[in-house]
Amino acid sequence: MTATTRPDAATAAIEVRGLHKSFGSNEVLKGIDFHVDNGEVVCVIGPSGSGKSTLLRCVNRLEEPDSGQILVEGVDIIDPETDLDAVRSRIGIVFQQFNLFPHMNVLRNLTVAQEKVRKRSRKEAVEVARANLEKVGLAGRENAYPAHLSGGQQQRVAIARALSMDPDMMLFDEPTSALDPELVGDVLEVMKTLASEGMTMMVVTHEMGFAREVGDKLVFMDGGVIVEEGDPREVLAAPQHERTRAFLSKVL
Amino acid sequence: MAMKRTTKRRLVQGVLYAVLLGVAVALALVADWPAIKANFFKSEGFVPPGAWGELITVGVKNTLIYTVIAFAGGLLLALLLALMKLSPVGPYRWLATAYIEFFRGLPALLVMLFMAFGITIAFQWTPPGGSVGAGIVALILVGSAYMAETLRAGIQAVPKGQTEAARSLGMSGGRTTVTVVLPQAFRIVIPPLTNEFVLLIKDTSLLFVIGFAADQRELTTLARDFLASGPTAGTSTSLVQAAILYLVITLPLTQLVGWLEKRQRRSR
Repeated sequence: MTATTRPDAATAAIEVRGLHKSFGSNEVLKGIDFHVDNGEVVCVIGPSGSGKSTLLRCVNRLEEPDSGQILVEGVDIIDPETDLDAVRSRIGIVFQQFNLFPHMNVLRNLTVAQEKVRKRSRKEAVEVARANLEKVGLAGRENAYPAHLSGGQQQRVAIARALSMDPDMMLFDEPTSALDPELVGDVLEVMKTLASEGMTMMVVTHEMGFAREVGDKLVFMDGGVIVEEGDPREVLAAPQHERTRAFLSKVL
Repeated sequence: MAMKRTTKRRLVQGVLYAVLLGVAVALALVADWPAIKANFFKSEGFVPPGAWGELITVGVKNTLIYTVIAFAGGLLLALLLALMKLSPVGPYRWLATAYIEFFRGLPALLVMLFMAFGITIAFQWTPPGGSVGAGIVALILVGSAYMAETLRAGIQAVPKGQTEAARSLGMSGGRTTVTVVLPQAFRIVIPPLTNEFVLLIKDTSLLFVIGFAADQRELTTLARDFLASGPTAGTSTSLVQAAILYLVITLPLTQLVGWLEKRQRRSR
C-alpha cells in the first residue's frame, strides 16, 4: 500500500486541467487546474457551493465533466476507451453520508467488492477485511449491521471498506461533516494514520486543524475557481487573498 | 346557557351510540331470520364437515396454486418491465411505459376473455393448462403491469449514494443493480407486493368465466356450481362459505402488510 509499488513515480496521482462543470445554468467549476502528487495529502477548503465536492466527484467521474482533462495516474478517465471501473477500483472514496450497504453486515460490506471486483477468494477477502477493521479500531464488529453503529463507527467502516480494495489513493468528501462533534476525533485519527503511512489523499474538509497538521498542500476554492493554494501552515497563518481571509475569519 | 366542552362532547358521543344501536335493533327486527338461515347457512352444507371438504381440497387449493403461479410469473415480468422503464435506452422505456399503461387501463376480465377465447381462436394455439392456463396468463399480464410500477418506485427509493458507493468500488452498473440496489428495493416493496398478492387471490375468481374441468375449479367457480348441485343447491350457502374461506386467507395477509409497514417505518 506504499508509493513504491507504482510504476512511474514521476506521474502525478491526480492531474486536472481546465475543468469546467455546470449544473443547468449554474457553472460550478470554472476552469480548474489541480494536481495531487503521489504520497501527498491535499486538503481542499472553501465555502459551501464553492465547487470543492464537485471537483472531488469529477476525479472518478461520479460527476460528468463538461470540458477539461482528468488524468488519474496518467490515465485519461474521460477517454471512452478507458476502463472506468478498473480506475475507480483503485480510488478509494469516503462519503459524507458513509453510504454503507445497509443490507449487509460490516464484514460483507468490506468483502463484497473484493470478491466481485478484485476477484479475491472468500478467505483472502475476509483476511484483508479483518486487517482493515483492526486498523480503524473496529475489530470484533464484523457481524454488526450499519444501522447498529454510531456515525463515527460507520465512517470508519466506510474507510476500511475503501482500504480493503488496496487503493492507490483515497478521496474524502467532507468525511466528518455529518458526525456529532465527539465522534469526529476517531475518524480524523484514522485519517492521520493513513497519511503517515504515505497514502495519497485528497480531503475536502472543514477541519482546519487537520489541514494544518497533516496536509502537505492546502487549496482554497470559492465560486468555482481555485483562489489560493500553498503550504497549509502559511496559507492559514497568512492568507494572500481577501476572499481567503474573509473565509478563514469566519471558520477559525 | 354555556355548556362545558367535555359535557358537550360526551352528549354527542352518547347520541351517536344510540343511533347505531337503534339501527342495529331495527334491522334485527325487520330481518327474516329463518329465511336468512335457510338461504345462507343451510346446515346440510354449512355445518362441518358439510361441503367444506371439497371447497378446501379443490377450491382453496386451486385458488392458491393459480395465485402463486400468476404472482411468480407477474413478478418476473414486472422486474423486466421496471428495469426497462429505468433504462437509459429510450425505446425500452417507451415499450415498458406503453405496456404498463395498456394493461392498467383494461379490465382484467376483458383481458382474460381475450386470452381464453380470442387468442386461442385467432392463433389456433392453446396455452399450457388449456383455458385455465390462458386465464392465468391474463392475470400475469395484468398483474405485472401493476407490480412493475411498484418495483420501479422501490428501485428509485434506494438512495443515490448507494449506487455511487458501489460504482466507486469499481462495480459495474449491472453488478451494482444486482448486489446493492435490488436487494434493498425488494425490502422496500415487500408490503405493497403482499397487497398485490391479495389482489391476485381475489382476481383468480375472474377465472370462473372460463370453462373448467371439475378438478381445476377454483373457489368461486366451485361455490357457483354448488348453487345448482350438491346439498346446498338452491341456496346461497356455498357463496357464504367461499367468502369465509377467502377471508381466512386474505385477512392474515393484510394484517401482515400492516405489521411490515409499521416495522419499516420504525426502522427508518
